[in-house]
Amino acid sequence: MKKRLFALLICILLVLPLLPVKAAAAETVSINVYNWGQYIADGSDGCIDVIAEFEKAYPNIKVNYMTFDSNESMYTKLVAGGSSFDIIIPSDYMVEKLINEDMLEPLNFDNIPNFKYIDEQFRDPAYDPGSVYSVPYTWGSVGIIYNSAYVSEEDVADKSWNLLWNEKYKGKILMFDNPRDAFAIAELSLGYSLNTDDTAELDAAAAKLREQKPLVQAYVMDQVFQKMQREEAWIAPYYAGDFLVMQEENENLEFYHPKEGFNIFVDAVCIPKGSEHKEEAETFINFLLEPEICAGNLEYIGYSSPETASLEFMDPEIVEDPITYPDEQTRASGEEFFALSIEATQYMNAQWLTVKTADTTTTLYLVLTIVAIVLVIVLWLFFKVRKRRRKARRCQKWKM
Amino acid sequence: MKSKWLSGPYILWMVLFTLIPLGVVFYYACTDSITGEFTLSNLSGIIDYWPIFLRSIWLSIFATLICLVIGYPVAYYIAHCKPTKQRLLQMLIMLPMCMSFLLRTLAWVALLEDTGIINNFLGQLGLAPLPLIRNNGSVILGMVYNYLPYMILPLYTVIMKIDNRLIEAAQDLGCNSRQVFTRVTLPLSVPGIVSGITMVFVPAVSTFYISQKLGSTDTILIGDVIEMQFKSAYNPNLGAAMSLVLMVLIFACVGIMNRFTSDDEESVVTI
Repeated sequence: MKKRLFALLICILLVLPLLPVKAAAAETVSINVYNWGQYIADGSDGCIDVIAEFEKAYPNIKVNYMTFDSNESMYTKLVAGGSSFDIIIPSDYMVEKLINEDMLEPLNFDNIPNFKYIDEQFRDPAYDPGSVYSVPYTWGSVGIIYNSAYVSEEDVADKSWNLLWNEKYKGKILMFDNPRDAFAIAELSLGYSLNTDDTAELDAAAAKLREQKPLVQAYVMDQVFQKMQREEAWIAPYYAGDFLVMQEENENLEFYHPKEGFNIFVDAVCIPKGSEHKEEAETFINFLLEPEICAGNLEYIGYSSPETASLEFMDPEIVEDPITYPDEQTRASGEEFFALSIEATQYMNAQWLTVKTADTTTTLYLVLTIVAIVLVIVLWLFFKVRKRRRKARRCQKWKM
Repeated sequence: MKSKWLSGPYILWMVLFTLIPLGVVFYYACTDSITGEFTLSNLSGIIDYWPIFLRSIWLSIFATLICLVIGYPVAYYIAHCKPTKQRLLQMLIMLPMCMSFLLRTLAWVALLEDTGIINNFLGQLGLAPLPLIRNNGSVILGMVYNYLPYMILPLYTVIMKIDNRLIEAAQDLGCNSRQVFTRVTLPLSVPGIVSGITMVFVPAVSTFYISQKLGSTDTILIGDVIEMQFKSAYNPNLGAAMSLVLMVLIFACVGIMNRFTSDDEESVVTI
């Protein structure tokens, strides 16, 4: 009986964690913030610690901070369910996609008075007409980062995306590990729009990426920091704001905006459907827009600010940096992402998968497999024959 | 009756977290990602990935064989040490397993990189850097390093349990030490070899982190493809179909191996 009770107890113990538990004290609420990696000032290098400052200003709100490494992986996590986020910070095209799929809550701007600081040009963006669902967090551009100690002057002289296809730097080139950014580069170097949903053009872009694959050291996102800083890789396309962070660690790194055009993006703060603390989340958004906080935050992450009001709180050297705040002429060759149709997105994802799984060494494995199968059969027959002979011999002995 | 009740918690656990999830995997593998209708297209879509399946299986076979070749002598040695030394050595084998698997793999990256510790050292000696990372070899190395303890421990347990009297008897009956090994010790340690091989091969074939960190863009394994299906491509149905097929393949490989060993065990008895 005791044992039975014991077993029952263990059963209950196993099941208990599965039951939803209501927090005992309702005074403090916690909001789940889901943001890109290395995308908020965390107090290191003498910067402000945005989350700590927020928790100090609003002691009854606690922030659970989590990170993702690409829009696509964030989207997957949202769709897969099982977790509830109160704040997400996707890029423009992903905001549009989420709006189209009815996955965002409209914001209550009464709780976000600081929206008034956002510059005119960032209000009413194409990805979120009328700014109903999102508030711009940062903006930036994509370009090529290279290590001037290893990459020769003449190879970068024409400022082209073709540097990523240069055989000379085989194994030292990095590439984006998400379909949208990777395809954009191939499309631009082929002279297409980076919002194309034409299958022929997507096929051509995929072929271009497959051609590049043998030269690529790795498909990376946040790992790019470490690899470029330690000179494990020499050439990588990445976001301009992150380049400034890398350059602080390694002075040999240089950056250019390719002449064929490049992506200009806005990352925006949104509240996904299913958020349990919408009001607190809006308080958090409002806090992020505070010019002083915004300035301190962006000074650390290196991206460009959508608030002119915040610029006066920043180091003038950053504000005048032509990479973070490119001149009109450079900005004119930038192109924004729009959400592709569901079919085009799926087609791109499927093509991206074929790029990543494209294979060059199959024959070797095929030959090996055939040899192994033959060997297995031969061995099996050998054992069988031996066993039969043994049995026969044993029988003989018994007869004698 | 008693034992039935005591195994209750685990049976409950198994139903909740093994059988039901398996059913879910099966359901996903047989439904369409958009319409949710029954389809076999996921399973037939896997054919495109056969080279990756082959590569995963081959790399893990090599890793398993290397583990066996390295692990057997070590296990044999440990089993024949004094008990105090045995405990120490056993702890040393287990020690790396206390560290996170991800950390251990990342440590290998730091060692093998072009700008890593080994190549830096070679550079200081005036030697040219070696291509240590991003090839098949480095992936196999990662597998061997991470899964070697799973080979040594079952081998050690089995070898230690071999009745010393059998060995003495063999010696008495005129076996030299080589014959004692091939006729007594080796056949009796077959169960350890089998469980060692299974415990190394199964996790190695479905691994995904090692190949991403230590492999090149060309050494992608089936585990990586499955991860991509769930993480970025968002096609859980194809991912589920892949893991289902992988499971069947693993069962087939283990089954083939068991076929040999059961034959072997019988032959041990008949010798």
